[in-house]
Amino acid sequence: MTNDEIVLAIKDIIASIAPDEDLSGLVLDVKLREQIELDSMDFLDIVMELRKRYGVQVPEADYPNLATLQGCVDYLAPKLASKQLATSKMA
Amino acid sequence: MVSLPRVVITGVGLTSPLGDDLASLRGALLAGRSGVERYEIRHVGQTLAGVCRFDGLKYQKKKEARRGTRAGAIAIWCANEALRDAGIDLAARARERVGVYIGTTEHGNVETENQIHEVAQFGFDLSFWSHHHNPRTVANNPAGEVTLNLCITGPAYCLGGACAAGNLGLIHGMQMLQLGLVDVALGGGVSESIHTFGIFASFKAQGALAQHADPTKASRPFDKDRNGIVVSEGGCLYTLERLSDAQARGARILAEIEGYHVNSDAADFVLPQVAGQEACIRGALAHACLSAEEIHLVSTHATSTPQGDEIECEAVRRVFGNSAGTFVNNTKSFIGHAMGAAGAIELAGNLPSFSDGLVHPTINVEHLDPACEVRNLTLNEPTRPARLDRVLNMSFGMLGINSAVVVRRPTH
Repeated sequence: MTNDEIVLAIKDIIASIAPDEDLSGLVLDVKLREQIELDSMDFLDIVMELRKRYGVQVPEADYPNLATLQGCVDYLAPKLASKQLATSKMA
Repeated sequence: MVSLPRVVITGVGLTSPLGDDLASLRGALLAGRSGVERYEIRHVGQTLAGVCRFDGLKYQKKKEARRGTRAGAIAIWCANEALRDAGIDLAARARERVGVYIGTTEHGNVETENQIHEVAQFGFDLSFWSHHHNPRTVANNPAGEVTLNLCITGPAYCLGGACAAGNLGLIHGMQMLQLGLVDVALGGGVSESIHTFGIFASFKAQGALAQHADPTKASRPFDKDRNGIVVSEGGCLYTLERLSDAQARGARILAEIEGYHVNSDAADFVLPQVAGQEACIRGALAHACLSAEEIHLVSTHATSTPQGDEIECEAVRRVFGNSAGTFVNNTKSFIGHAMGAAGAIELAGNLPSFSDGLVHPTINVEHLDPACEVRNLTLNEPTRPARLDRVLNMSFGMLGINSAVVVRRPTH
């Protein structure tokens, strides 16, 4: 998966978790929770979806790495390098 | 006897297989139209059910609906509609003086089944078990979701009463008003049961799941060929207020709750008992200080099971057998068994009798079972009794819980 595809993958997960939000203006380097309404339960949903869709386990200690889209790309790139993008709704 | 404040119904919010407001439900009940349809659910396959189609996004955001439960969504719809119908704007109210009392037959089965299905896809690895499981399955979930949605900070919880639960919500709301603990009570019942395969499978195992080539004829209480229950979803919450408060704000009053009774058979896990039901009906009459002759309509609980209907009819005969002015009907013949919502929806469907003067019929009785012959049983066509001032609404459930509520035509 390329970095752009990782962004797509995360946005697709967020779209299913926060379906009322407009994700078109999300920027890479600002905390997701400052751009859209996401609470701790939503964050756990993101981690769960990464596990379900891509088999990626994110230990709790690593959660801060997923605070921004850029953080997600940096943290997930090695873990998703061999995975295919599996978008459900945005495709 | 302690004199307690009188309590009235000033609003109704409902969703049912026959529509999402009282006018739609009543119209279908008078027209003799069934709301039962074909339905498929995993592991069970093709079966029958009553399905609700209210606009889930009228009062909830997509995210709230996703995070919550179907029972919560039904409760939120009903609560908002009940307040709107009553003309109550919570923005102008002390929200800590509003209570929510929701009867449920069961809660949590839907989410538990969903989670087991989910982890089964991952070899039962429990790291795939959702963190949403507990808040979705706690027994107060539907009432709690209503408080979150409407920012109600008063006492709010659910009452587990098997299929008597719809009446329990109403009764408890009345009690909280009479105790002065709330000023507005939202009381009734909800059911999401059609989304759990277990309830269908269990009724099937018990030999109590309805079957018929024509779904609209499957729920047929009192018919000789009845063969079981049609499971339905639904909800109905009432806005309840003390009569004095309702009058002070010039509210439209739909009915007054005059009395009620709840008792227990203490006899069997599933089989109802004539003695317990009779005692419950008589208890409600005594609580309301009424004789059997002063009840003009008995809304039966009958679920279309061979034994249950027969037992209930005997209880009705024992109390109302000599009462020439008492009519008897059944709503499950139209919508199936809405479980925790049943009692509340069935009472709602009969409330318009106070304005249109009609008793809606029991449909689908092609061959009346002699064991279910009851005086003035209204079959297949509506009827207009000479007087229609009071309705007694019965709702019974497993483990032998019985409930009866008496409401009267508003007098003010």
